[in-house]
Amino acid sequence: MALREGERSGPEVTGRTSRILGGRGGGRSLAIAAGSTVLVFGALALVVVNSPGWDDVRASFFYWPQFQESFPDILEQFGTNVKLFLLAEVFILVWALVLAVLRSLPGPVFFPLRLMSAAYTDVFRGIPTILLIFLLGFGVPALQIAWVPKSEFVWATVALVLVYSAYVSEVYRAGIDSVHPSQEAAARSLGLSQTKTLRYVIVPQAVRRVVPPLLNDFIGLQKDTALVALLGVLEAFRQSQIEVAGSFNFTPYVATAVIFLVLTIPLTRLTDWLIARNRRRELARA
Amino acid sequence: MTALELHGLRKSFGANEVLRGIDLTVEEHEVVCLIGASGSGKSTLLRCVNLLEPLDGGRIVFHGDEISAPGADVNRVRRQIGIVFQAFNLFPHMSVLRNVTLGPRKALHLSRAEAEARADELLVRFGLAEKRDAYPDSLSGGQQQRVAIVRALALRPKLMLLDEITSALDPELVAEVLNVVRELAAGGMTMLIATHEMGFARDIASRVCFLDAGVILEQGPPGQIFSAPREQRTKQFLARIVEAGRL
Repeated sequence: MALREGERSGPEVTGRTSRILGGRGGGRSLAIAAGSTVLVFGALALVVVNSPGWDDVRASFFYWPQFQESFPDILEQFGTNVKLFLLAEVFILVWALVLAVLRSLPGPVFFPLRLMSAAYTDVFRGIPTILLIFLLGFGVPALQIAWVPKSEFVWATVALVLVYSAYVSEVYRAGIDSVHPSQEAAARSLGLSQTKTLRYVIVPQAVRRVVPPLLNDFIGLQKDTALVALLGVLEAFRQSQIEVAGSFNFTPYVATAVIFLVLTIPLTRLTDWLIARNRRRELARA
Repeated sequence: MTALELHGLRKSFGANEVLRGIDLTVEEHEVVCLIGASGSGKSTLLRCVNLLEPLDGGRIVFHGDEISAPGADVNRVRRQIGIVFQAFNLFPHMSVLRNVTLGPRKALHLSRAEAEARADELLVRFGLAEKRDAYPDSLSGGQQQRVAIVRALALRPKLMLLDEITSALDPELVAEVLNVVRELAAGGMTMLIATHEMGFARDIASRVCFLDAGVILEQGPPGQIFSAPREQRTKQFLARIVEAGRL
């Protein structure tokens, strides 16, 4: 999806320059921010380091030689997580859009489709992800139907697609609803059918608006790939469990957390940046 | 030849009856201006003619076809009737060129080259050639509205509906848009125009219709309507316009 880069510069938005710094800028507030940060985090560190069990915790969670030993293996298995969420994301983006479009079809004829889409969203948003992974991952292969894949990886992917497409379709639907009805009137007045109006006018505008919330769900999906470890699929979290079991040391969990963070933090920052940019554009337009 | 006939058009929104039996005939090459207070039903009437609003009663006949009949191909009808809205309603995610070619390409199924040739010709004619690749939010209101007119014209409609197309514009931008409409009128385009610009209506209209409470209370040549209105309600309306310095 190609977003047009901000080639047009709108009037600069004043006020609230940075959420993190709390706005207002200037050297004095920067000094206050730095001071209070050092104070808060310093105090927190002192409490942790001086706690009675700190030496034990450090030895079992932050043991550097263990980190070095397990990190490459976990990183290798993390490839499975990447494969899983990339594959799932493609299906989610397409399937959720289908659901959202079905739900926004007007007229009494399409009521059954709207109802099905609504029921789907209600059901799959209502079931805890971990339960659905268990139900599909253990249940479907147990049916022993010849042509149905038995791989846990496949059913874990299906479960994530079902759950996340329910969420993402709501995001799309909010985007579709946010396009003003006058856009539809303009498109229909050119003699475009309902379908073409959706395809060329409504959906492109809707999707542009919901890129940040879509990325948000994408971040959630990345983390939830760790849930498939519970089916026995060998991925980063499962690998770290194996390492922990073999060494009686929890450091591999920390290593796994670091790997997930390295991937999700840039995406989180990108999402924030896109949200800020959309906001600037909205303000410039108003 | 008769371009458009409206017979007893009725339209309600809930309990609010907006059109209460509109009868109107528009001949080919005629420019009919609808005047009247806000809420008198001008916009609703235009939206009904383009089948953007379903009717509650009455018939619309367009070049001999009853387009309000159930089962009429609304998309085919709309390709022959252009409408321009008060708020422009350009597609913000498309360049000017794509705004103009969308209808010809996706509704008329012209090739890209044909559609672009048609668009370029119109953009040049209305002084928008250098805005071809611009996006709507970088254009002035007047330019946006001219693009909206071009977008409607690209389908080569037999009838243009203009719905208060200068109401959302800054005063200094009104003239450039009205000049486009004048040029269309000079070219023989059949038009049904809802407007608050009385001076413009007096200049351009072959006939002026005064809408009041959902009916056409009075119609006639602009000279008669503006100088010697017969109905009391028309006199009151025009007196208020004169008082506001708009005529």
